[in-house]
Amino acid sequence: MTTSVSAMGGIVRRKEDPALIAGRGQYVDDIRLNGEAVMAFVRSPFAHARINSIDTAAAESMPGVLAVYTIEDVRDLGPVLAQVPVGVLRPLLADGAVHHVGEAVAAVVAENSYVARDAADSVMVDYDPLPAVVDMKAAVTGTDRAHEGAESNVLVTWFSHDWWPGVFELEDHRPAIAEAKQRDDVVVVSQEMLNQRLIPTAIEPRAVLADWNHGYDRVKLWSSTQMPHALAGAVAKTFGLPSNEVHVVAPEVGGGFGAKLNIYPDEILTVFASKDLNRPVRWTETRRESAFSTIQGRGWVATATITGTRDGEILGYELDGIADMGAYSQNFTVAIPVLGLFVAQGQYDIPLAWQVACVQTNTQTTDAYRGAGRPEASYYIERIIDMYAAEIGMDPTEVRRKNFFKKEDFPATTAIGLTMDSGDYETNLDTLIADVDYAGLRSMQAAAREEGRYIGIGVGTYVEVCGFAPSVLAEFGFGWDAYGMPTSFSGSGLVRINPDGSATVIIGTGPSGQGHQTTWAQVVSDRLGIDFDNVRVTHGNTAESPTGVGTFGSRSAAVDGAATYEAAEKVSKKAADIVAHMLEASADDIRFADGGAHVAGSPGHKVTWAEIAEVAYKPHKGPEGFEAGLEAHAVFSPGNATWPFGSHLAVVEVDPETGNVEILRYVGVDDCGNRINPMIVDGQIHGGIAQGIGQAMFEEAIYDEDGNLLTGSLIDYPIPTAGDLPAFELGWTNTPTDVNPMGVKGIGEAGTIGSAQTIVNAVVDAVSPFGVKHIDMPLRPKRVWDAIQKARG
Amino acid sequence: MYPRSFEYVAAASLDEALSALADNPGAKVMTGGMSLIPLMKLRLFSPSLVVDIGRVPGLDAIDDSGDQLAIGALVRHAATASSDAVKSGAAALAQAAALTGDVQVRNRGTTCGAIAHADIAADQTAAVLALGATMVAKSTSGEREIAAADFFVDTLTSALEPDEILVEVRVPKTGAGSGSAYGKLGRRGGQSDYAVAGAAAVVTMDGGNVAAASVALTGVGTKPTLAAGVAEALVGTDGSAEAVAGAAGRATEGVTVLEDLYGSEEYKSHLAQVYAARAINAAIAAAT
Repeated sequence: MTTSVSAMGGIVRRKEDPALIAGRGQYVDDIRLNGEAVMAFVRSPFAHARINSIDTAAAESMPGVLAVYTIEDVRDLGPVLAQVPVGVLRPLLADGAVHHVGEAVAAVVAENSYVARDAADSVMVDYDPLPAVVDMKAAVTGTDRAHEGAESNVLVTWFSHDWWPGVFELEDHRPAIAEAKQRDDVVVVSQEMLNQRLIPTAIEPRAVLADWNHGYDRVKLWSSTQMPHALAGAVAKTFGLPSNEVHVVAPEVGGGFGAKLNIYPDEILTVFASKDLNRPVRWTETRRESAFSTIQGRGWVATATITGTRDGEILGYELDGIADMGAYSQNFTVAIPVLGLFVAQGQYDIPLAWQVACVQTNTQTTDAYRGAGRPEASYYIERIIDMYAAEIGMDPTEVRRKNFFKKEDFPATTAIGLTMDSGDYETNLDTLIADVDYAGLRSMQAAAREEGRYIGIGVGTYVEVCGFAPSVLAEFGFGWDAYGMPTSFSGSGLVRINPDGSATVIIGTGPSGQGHQTTWAQVVSDRLGIDFDNVRVTHGNTAESPTGVGTFGSRSAAVDGAATYEAAEKVSKKAADIVAHMLEASADDIRFADGGAHVAGSPGHKVTWAEIAEVAYKPHKGPEGFEAGLEAHAVFSPGNATWPFGSHLAVVEVDPETGNVEILRYVGVDDCGNRINPMIVDGQIHGGIAQGIGQAMFEEAIYDEDGNLLTGSLIDYPIPTAGDLPAFELGWTNTPTDVNPMGVKGIGEAGTIGSAQTIVNAVVDAVSPFGVKHIDMPLRPKRVWDAIQKARG
Repeated sequence: MYPRSFEYVAAASLDEALSALADNPGAKVMTGGMSLIPLMKLRLFSPSLVVDIGRVPGLDAIDDSGDQLAIGALVRHAATASSDAVKSGAAALAQAAALTGDVQVRNRGTTCGAIAHADIAADQTAAVLALGATMVAKSTSGEREIAAADFFVDTLTSALEPDEILVEVRVPKTGAGSGSAYGKLGRRGGQSDYAVAGAAAVVTMDGGNVAAASVALTGVGTKPTLAAGVAEALVGTDGSAEAVAGAAGRATEGVTVLEDLYGSEEYKSHLAQVYAARAINAAIAAAT
């Protein structure tokens, strides 16, 4: 028998892993229904073109083809719903024109995938190509439009002092910064930097299976999604059903990273086809297709400027940027830069003047990708602060320390009016510096340079905002109202003690590898003293979970976890009354531990959970007048987001002859408050760092001037593998939050938010003897070599 | 990622495979399938018939006949990389095989398959070229030998006829006083992934001087290429770092260097020199 596991700090192996490791996990494509048909798409070879005609006759006449749909069949369903509908919304299928390469033009449904592909290839589309808007700067200044007839390609420009008029009244820091620039004792350091577009690459591509049952007039949908409830809402709204007639299941989801946080045309079209054909209809994205049918991330170009004194006091930080939204707005699209704005000033108590223009281009839509705006924002501040440190000849850790928000500033108010819950940046950085023997590293670096070796040391700090709150942010667009599911991104947890004394926990999350079944079992096991092995956690199922928001924005533990904690508290209160009756004691004296309950001070005076459950379900055995059953549901709406933070350090060596970069060490010291399962938290940081290094070193979505994606396959879009990465060294500080009862902060995105700039800082440090000041990502050898050649003159 | 319809035959013998190729002009032979299957799934290549020789007995041996190694059509990259005979007699080929693909690819793909595929950025192609290997091609009309120098014709194009199978690669062993080596810059940095640029070198030392040399490049042009100018400049020198660097300066003579996502013409030309020099230095170290 496993005893109860401590909620805080208990390292237990993940409940999820045996099935996944053995290849027995059930993903959407593992589910089989009788009579399934398969959907495939005809996709545009042009980035921007008018469609003159679509000839589906040849495809329709092929044996095994059930239907070929164009926009004419589905226009009445409207476009794909978006939570922040600024810009052109994506039609279910191209409507008269295509706006990016790979846009779905027609959908074929056939008896199997091979026939479906053959038929899709035989659909003849006559296009009339139009000029494509690809370059972000040209999108702002040029005369071509990504959508014909649009007045401008700029959808919205976000300003730090005016990001939510009417809610926040903020001072514009730009005049004061301009004034500071006139001072004799200041330097102004400015650099344009690209934060390149990335292609999210989940190991499991997206997949959907729709089954419209005409007998019950109800639809069931399996989708590899991070937000099952929002999808249920969107399907209900699109087809005019009440949401309780749409049942969405997200079974195992093999990675999401934000890319499965969208409503997609294929999810709506499979439902439509299933309804039309009276058969279940499946679509599984192929790996090659994924770069065209799933959102992409990042894609900013911006100039960062620091104005500061020669002794390290920063008097102003400015960012002027453009962010690429792609062709259509989907879930959050134009709101992603706002998430960057939330952490624009990093860990520093400095004046901020920030503006980012969101432009439409003839490329795939961008939206949330692990970090979503925050890696971009953190990259810019952390790169320019390093350049400022180099300019004034101060150690980069010293400049940071000098400008930190201090421990006593918390709760601290940012330049855009948000309140950061808790922080102790100095202790965190000091821990990193001590852990790595920073001075020793610098000596080693100097000695290596004497030998002609180019070692670089890079430091990056970050502050992250996650578990979005307060509730009012829903009115900004951070809610699911557009999907007919009004919510404030509250967490949901239901704890049920079953009649045999086991516990079922139902949560409203949609995890894709985060280990919720394990973490939540720890929370409930700890609160109720119930055996860890006797707690089963289910998620991603709209018929089971009363409400749910999904998994994104590093929110689950801090929000749904807190809800579950509170549900467990409710259960323990009722159970205490039952046990008090059983043991003839006072409810206040009942303690839950070791698989049951006992009276405080007399551990032998006890009952098991099976015995408690029996009484709970047989009211005649319980206290007078109590309600049978033992379960509770809680919804938790935190009063604030959580604001984790950390300091990372990389040691790299550059081969100046080739530009090759080798990462010698990578060290992270993060702070997410209390940790429920430190092993799982480590895992989140590991994956996050790997993805940040992926951006720093390898990944880049490259479109040519005609809008063709040149890096659409994994041959040309290298993602990091274990073999490319060093063993990460992790350390921790612990600054709990008070916005939830467990004192936990999110950690899913922190590693990504902290790592790209740490690597770039290290590589620039390594080649600084050549005079290199900045290199744009990804730091492929050719770029590093080019930068050295250019600096050498 | 769904190939067009095709027929498939798992040949039980080489003769059966050769007949199938001869009888079906649209047929393609397959060993490990590491290059063929992805091309088919992308519909970039759609053979009407795939002739799988993976089960044909007797093709998976590395034979050491004293002065040469014969590597059969079904010898996997991993076997080539870990063979003591190859490591000592044709080190450049063993090193190139060890740097081909990833673990899964090395366990399934074959040395002969990679050579016949003639990818511009493959590893073992440069090694067999520098080592002066001979390709043995078979068809129903007989067997012929093709020198490595004549084998690589263009991008993804070898001298093999559609009805021929590369049944064996014969590699002359480097003897006493000789050494060989292969190295590259990979697309993901270090030596991982396809070659941005790579070089194989074979050097024979005699009395402290370079008596013979052969250098081949991969990744930089439309096909793996012998860098004859480098060999010419190197022979007769003392093989010092300076001499090697000077000779390597001629690496891309006569080569049309192609710019791609991984480097400009200038950068790849520079890398060709760097990796030619590194391979030569390593080969000299192995020879002495």
